[in-house]
Amino acid sequence: MAFVIAMINGINLGSIYALIALGYTMVYGIAKMLNFAHGDVIMAGALSVVVLVQQFHVHPALSIFISVIFCVALGVLTEKIAYKPLRNSSSLSVLITAIGVSYLMQNLAQILFGSSLRSFPKVFRWPSVILGSVEFKMDRVITIVVTFILMFFVLWFVYRTKIGLAMRAVAQDREAAMLMGVPIDRIISITFAIGAALAAVAGFFYGVAYGFVGPYSGSMPGIKAFTAAVFGGIGSIPGAILGGFLLGLAESMVKTFISSELSDAIVFGLLIVVLLIKPTGLLGKEIRDKV
Amino acid sequence: MNHLWRKKKFFLGGLFTLLLFVLMHSLIQSGLVSRHIQSLSVPVGLNMILALSLFLLVGMLGELSLGHAGFMSIGAYAGGLFSKAMVQVIPVWIRFPLALCVGALVAALLALLLSVPVFRLKGDYLAIVTLAFGEIVRSLVINLPFTGGAAGLKGIPKDTSFSFLYWIVVFTIWLTMWIYSSKIGLEWRAIRDNAIAAEACGIPVVSRKRTAFVVTASLAGVAGVLYSHHYSILTAEVFGFNRSIEVLVMVVLGGLESAIATAVSAFFLTIAPEMLRFLNQYRMLIYSLVLIIVMIGRNTQWEKPKWFQQRRENA
Repeated sequence: MAFVIAMINGINLGSIYALIALGYTMVYGIAKMLNFAHGDVIMAGALSVVVLVQQFHVHPALSIFISVIFCVALGVLTEKIAYKPLRNSSSLSVLITAIGVSYLMQNLAQILFGSSLRSFPKVFRWPSVILGSVEFKMDRVITIVVTFILMFFVLWFVYRTKIGLAMRAVAQDREAAMLMGVPIDRIISITFAIGAALAAVAGFFYGVAYGFVGPYSGSMPGIKAFTAAVFGGIGSIPGAILGGFLLGLAESMVKTFISSELSDAIVFGLLIVVLLIKPTGLLGKEIRDKV
Repeated sequence: MNHLWRKKKFFLGGLFTLLLFVLMHSLIQSGLVSRHIQSLSVPVGLNMILALSLFLLVGMLGELSLGHAGFMSIGAYAGGLFSKAMVQVIPVWIRFPLALCVGALVAALLALLLSVPVFRLKGDYLAIVTLAFGEIVRSLVINLPFTGGAAGLKGIPKDTSFSFLYWIVVFTIWLTMWIYSSKIGLEWRAIRDNAIAAEACGIPVVSRKRTAFVVTASLAGVAGVLYSHHYSILTAEVFGFNRSIEVLVMVVLGGLESAIATAVSAFFLTIAPEMLRFLNQYRMLIYSLVLIIVMIGRNTQWEKPKWFQQRRENA
């Protein structure tokens, strides 16, 4: 009984992590950078829904689309302004710039909307489905279903379309792809746009699951999803999905059966153990050093 | 000749630090410096030590760590608990150096434990493991029975004095510079520039990386002890992910090439938020904007203005 509930919570949390981790892993694979500001796009997505619904009385279903558009604009804009000039610099410079962007978004949100947590609107008012003695909350079910649809869409997009082919080519060898006529800049922008759109959806479901959003709400799920992406093998799209779900399940199980205070420590400890056994993550490719 | 010059430089540097110490000490004693600036000296000194210690790892060895604050936390708690237990037993002039050793040793020991498996990983994977380590430390400290939990560890004796801090900072700068030009520093830099070539030259890469990791951690532990014995109260939240990032920013903006530049960068980045206090809520906004602009500006190949080029050609 408790196990089933923990399972459902874990899959719910895991789908949020998987959506965020997809953004991390795609940007890492294609632009070769750790986008530390990705977590704050989640916050931007969730906060924009709150503002739209509470202050402009937009219908929640419509607000999610506006928030996705807003986050895509935000993601592409930061890529164009902050990351593009650094395309050929050391990864450390790009990392620090991403951290700067992250601080910028957090502080902008704080100045515009205050530092206190805002309550997320109750979006799903439908009754729960009861099967036997297990209660399936509607918001959980919708989160999981939507996540699965989006994940299949991303997999289809990356592995079955021409743009996806170009993305994979850029990820494999940027210069060779450029020589074959792949428009690198546009492909990287599209990658950021997809990542930001997924983050906006994840932010929405995060708000639904936790009920509160503030300017710093994005950093912890961001760090955890980053962990999930590494867990599954960073750069690998199926890996990010697997890593997200495993991390969500592990966190939920540890919270239910071992200790809720120590859950972070145990989950991160698990990550270290996995990386020690399989240094490139679960589905990561081993890269041989070339001289 | 070269030898003589080096001796002279060492002597001059020593004289300068001594004079600076006398000047600052007398200014503080005479009360000419406001309490506000006086209280700033502690974070400045601590950040210098932290940045220099991380410089060893990031600048010289070229490995990224996102969990530096974790080692500081371990040092702070180990030293703090030691001093609290020994406060009646040992007089302060032995106790405090001992506490520093305890903090450094415990941090070094954990770094050694972590480093045994960790250097099988490369690049961003090392970053993620250190990040995870920092989060584990934070989470454990809140939940362990003897650390005071979320309320914090209180009543640590206030042993950190200005002169102590000053000389430890001087020692750290000296140590970093010495390592930089020593054989081991040269080996670290060789590994940073090309690990495969370094290995082919007979440098034991993994073992050298391990050494760097342990030295870095123990210096961070020392900074932690200084922290805990100044503020006398410790909470786990102080040593979160953001603090690791803050130190990393100092190191990267210091340019990753020289110890002095790292120390100067730590100095300015610590006082900058204080100087920007008049901006109130816009303070961190400006800080982050400056950070982005500096990073982009530094990595852009600026085209020289036309008139400048022409003048050069004419000359």
